[in-house]
Amino acid sequence: MSIPNQSKISAQHVNVWYGAKQAIADVSLDFGQDHVTALIGPSGCGKSTFLRTLNRMNDTIAGAKVEGDITLDGENIYSPDMDVVQLRARVGMVFQKPNPFPKSIFENVAYGPRIHGLAANKPQLAEIVEKSLRRAGLWDEVKDRLTESGTALSGGQQQRLCIARAIAVDPEVILMDEPCSALDPIATAKIEELIHELKGRYAIVIVTHNMQQAARVSQRTAFFHLGTLVEYGATSDIFTNPRQERTKDYITGRYG
Amino acid sequence: MPLNDHTVKAFDEDIGQLRGLIAQMGGLAEHAIAAAMEALRRHDLESAREIVAGDKRIDALQIEVEQLAVRIIALRAPLADDLREVVAALKIAGVVERIGDYAKNIAKRVPMIESHGEIEPLSVLPAMSALAVQMVHDALDAFAARDATAAVEVCDRDRQVDDFYNSLFRVLVTHMMENPKTIGQVAQLLFIAKNLERVGDHATNIAEMIYFAATGTHMAERDRGDIPTS
Repeated sequence: MSIPNQSKISAQHVNVWYGAKQAIADVSLDFGQDHVTALIGPSGCGKSTFLRTLNRMNDTIAGAKVEGDITLDGENIYSPDMDVVQLRARVGMVFQKPNPFPKSIFENVAYGPRIHGLAANKPQLAEIVEKSLRRAGLWDEVKDRLTESGTALSGGQQQRLCIARAIAVDPEVILMDEPCSALDPIATAKIEELIHELKGRYAIVIVTHNMQQAARVSQRTAFFHLGTLVEYGATSDIFTNPRQERTKDYITGRYG
Repeated sequence: MPLNDHTVKAFDEDIGQLRGLIAQMGGLAEHAIAAAMEALRRHDLESAREIVAGDKRIDALQIEVEQLAVRIIALRAPLADDLREVVAALKIAGVVERIGDYAKNIAKRVPMIESHGEIEPLSVLPAMSALAVQMVHDALDAFAARDATAAVEVCDRDRQVDDFYNSLFRVLVTHMMENPKTIGQVAQLLFIAKNLERVGDHATNIAEMIYFAATGTHMAERDRGDIPTS
């Protein structure tokens, strides 16, 4: 199957089971290289489960079974030849709660490049750390205290540190699972601004419960319901003129 | 189309209030046009004065609609059809306010037309007025019902008002040529006819907004007939 140029990750007929319970049913979605794609839907609709299939995070969950084709640049990520550690470097992830390592700010960012052998020497490593922290919009706030613990930062700073950590290994795709749900509005705005800055450099897929956030940060929106993909389209269309009744009821707050 | 209620009931109350204000404004504007034409027919100066004064009420309602719509957008962050409806309400309020202004304008001309009985074309104006007022009425009914089909029907009728105006224009110009004494008064009638023609246009605009609010697409460009002769 030919992959369109703009499609970075392509998921075709994906089914996911947790034991006997089917969490995702026949979902096909392509993610563009230059887009931020938002996955929205009520709790339990499968959006996070689907996100986690994109870098095989479900592998770590006992009883989870994934079927279907998911390709990154045309390469099947569930192929036995796929190096999962390598895959997760190429497809980075940022979680709901910031989870910095209990190490220094510097080490948090340096860890990935070091284990992946991305730096030949210390100055190069320092350069990667600075570049990553700058891209994550955190450098100016932490440059004088790189040796302090990452856990000493504020919640919003910790989340940007986690984004810097994901960026440090030079990923192609960044997955974000409700990255702002634990943050205050100002920290949220900074993350959203950061997503805007990162757009184009990385393909970004974000799961969010905040409809306004999906509208603000994404160019494409996919609405999930009961494990199925109900509607996928340009964000501006989904929020002004959704095609499906279920999408409309959900985004206008008439759900259920 | 039956719609589910919002999970947040206060949202439905806000939208209900917004629709109520639009309906109230529309009722007043509709009545003002009809009353102004009746005042013209009976040369009722007192009634004309009341209509001019009454326009303030429509203006005040427009401000209320604007405030409520802005509040809904700020506090409820409406999306999809809700958003389109609030935006439509905001625009419709502006248009209805204009219709009120036309009623006021017609009422202001009442004292300037004294010998109305002698001017034969005046008999055509009430029919034209009734048509335009009915369009406004039906457009607002379509808004209340979110009825795109009814909105299209209103638009289709604009052609009749335009035809009225175009034929009236010719008749009035002929009348002026034949009775130069009456030019001053007949010119007033011409303005009134133009105002009514504009009311029809505005009703059409309202209908187009309703169509967009209900369907999310713009009504296809329609043939608006000949450009009026002015």
